Amino acid sequence: MSVLVDETTRLIVQGITGGEGSFHARQMIEYGTDVVAGVTPGKGGQYFDGKIPIYNTVAEAAETEKANASVIFVPASFAADAVMEAADAGLDLVVCITEGIPTKDMLEVYEFLSKRQTRLIGPNCPGVISPGKCKVGIMPGFIHKPGNIGVISRSGTLTYEAVNQLTQIGLGQSTCIGIGGDPVIGTSFTDALALFEKDGDTRAVVLIGEIGGSAEEEAAEFIQANMTKPVVSFISGQTAPPGRRMGHAGAIISGGKGTAAEKMIVLEKAGVTVCKSPAEIGEVTAAVLS
Amino acid sequence: MKIHEYQAKELLAKYGVPVSAGEVAFNPAEVKRIARGLSPEKKLVLKAQVHAGGRGKAGGIKIVNNPSEAEKTAESMFGMKLVTPQTGAEGKTVRRLLVTEAEEIEKEYYAGIVLDRSKNQLVYMVSKEGGVDIEKVAAEAPEKIVKEYIDRSSGVLPYQARSLAFALGLENGLFKQGVQFFLALYGAFAGEDCSLAEINPLIVTKDGSLVALDVKVNLDDNALFRHPELAQLRDYDEEDPLEVEASKHHLNYIKLNGTVGCMVNGAGLAMATMDIIKLAGAEPANFLDVGGGASAETVENGFRIILADKNVKAILINIFGGIVRCDRVAKGVVEASKKIGVKLPIVVRLAGTNAEEAALLLEESGMDFFVAHDLKEAAQNVVRAIG
Repeated sequence: MSVLVDETTRLIVQGITGGEGSFHARQMIEYGTDVVAGVTPGKGGQYFDGKIPIYNTVAEAAETEKANASVIFVPASFAADAVMEAADAGLDLVVCITEGIPTKDMLEVYEFLSKRQTRLIGPNCPGVISPGKCKVGIMPGFIHKPGNIGVISRSGTLTYEAVNQLTQIGLGQSTCIGIGGDPVIGTSFTDALALFEKDGDTRAVVLIGEIGGSAEEEAAEFIQANMTKPVVSFISGQTAPPGRRMGHAGAIISGGKGTAAEKMIVLEKAGVTVCKSPAEIGEVTAAVLS
Repeated sequence: MKIHEYQAKELLAKYGVPVSAGEVAFNPAEVKRIARGLSPEKKLVLKAQVHAGGRGKAGGIKIVNNPSEAEKTAESMFGMKLVTPQTGAEGKTVRRLLVTEAEEIEKEYYAGIVLDRSKNQLVYMVSKEGGVDIEKVAAEAPEKIVKEYIDRSSGVLPYQARSLAFALGLENGLFKQGVQFFLALYGAFAGEDCSLAEINPLIVTKDGSLVALDVKVNLDDNALFRHPELAQLRDYDEEDPLEVEASKHHLNYIKLNGTVGCMVNGAGLAMATMDIIKLAGAEPANFLDVGGGASAETVENGFRIILADKNVKAILINIFGGIVRCDRVAKGVVEASKKIGVKLPIVVRLAGTNAEEAALLLEESGMDFFVAHDLKEAAQNVVRAIG
């Protein structure tokens, strides 16, 4: 098994005719993802690469192609609207890759989604992959390997680094979820941990956190109370100065809160094996499982 | 994005938040002119405009009696280096002064709107403990802070504004002013896409008016596209010149105090690279995220920015090639180093697509790169290189 995406995922690409959208649509198809439709308002009736039907609205695409998920590549100023359109069409899963969405728009999205069943991953994330089955996002597929480790991360390339270490040491992954680097995101560490705890094929979870906010502290609380599976963690930003936004909109130590040191202590207390160095994520996970 | 107090006050005043009369000055003569236009009944306050708190204790806020005294005091304030707990040891140069009427303070409160990330909601916070460090109050006596969570769709409702006014113990005319103040401040927050608004202190004057005496507003960078006029408020003098230069090339650079310059693709990996440099026994000189592409041009700009920091003794390049091919990045690194003539030791670690071809390219380039195969080796090599 795996979580969120698998062979049954029927994917819509919102923004399929844009530069990013078209490039990654092709990459996902090549990986084996079942891309059933694209959505670009005004281009309904056309075909992407001569084979994927394009629709004007998500609702139309979802109904006609029996889609259950979408991935969003539209620009930041239209992305919140795109998420809400996908949710209103009743899709189970929406993955928003777009970076730079205003917080106010995301608060609106969050409230909108709280009244619906749709799960949002991201925004500002690399997406979700269940290796060997389905890739919904922009991560390089070839570094992954099917297996039993669940990966959850607020980052992009650092997730690839962790996955690469796991694969090289022989540990495959059930699903890797990039939850995103923004302050307001659809799926938290806690939500993702709960999914992996229930998943029969996941034996351990790697959680990649970073400075800012309290998502890691909430994860620690959840792990202590609910997780039976081992969790390995790395928190980036141990050397980050306070008050500075480190690339991700959500990665900032403010008012002395949200430091890596604090998060590492709390996670350790909750029984998590915390890696000090980003170079030892693979080794430590292997040691925990042996 | 941070803005100055005077800019924040102008912004809030548009929405009906009461602030003291005043204006910003760039030189002593302007200070005098502005002071002359203010109430002769009141004393005057000169407030240094820098992007840092703790100005009062550092000598950045002065009370004067009249316009001539204001001009004279201003002469000593312009150009001064203000060192506060928030500026770092190097301090910040005072280039702008807010000239404003002094208020006679009866009571000091705190009011602020921030994002509660664990609830995904904005929250209004007020406290009767104003004029002090609110983080200290939150840590030591959290019961002294009263909160109202705000629904995005409905905004701050009148009953919530009343609750906040009651929480501060405002009565009669002041209660009315309080309710209006809370609605107005939220109006400004939502209307201008703020990411933080803090009024500390919010005061009651001796003559019974509510005034936002000190104001801190941060704007959501991601929303500036719909507020082009707010983007103009950015004060480049308040930022590190290298960081400004980097942002022109769409590079995300933050200057630090160490000796190992680093260039990385992705923010999380960039932070992790800084961390591993420290673990290996050195200090990172910067955070630099060159984004996904890492073309020859990006690498070249990255080199220029890193090398402009004279503390840098060695450079670590860490690129995880996913969609971008490592051999292409390697070519970029070779071209850029040749073009610029980088003389410092460079450790390169490329992982992902075509990493082996990339290593070969670097080794056969005739240049003196250390090629590392994993993160740990990269960090150890770069620390060895600085001796």
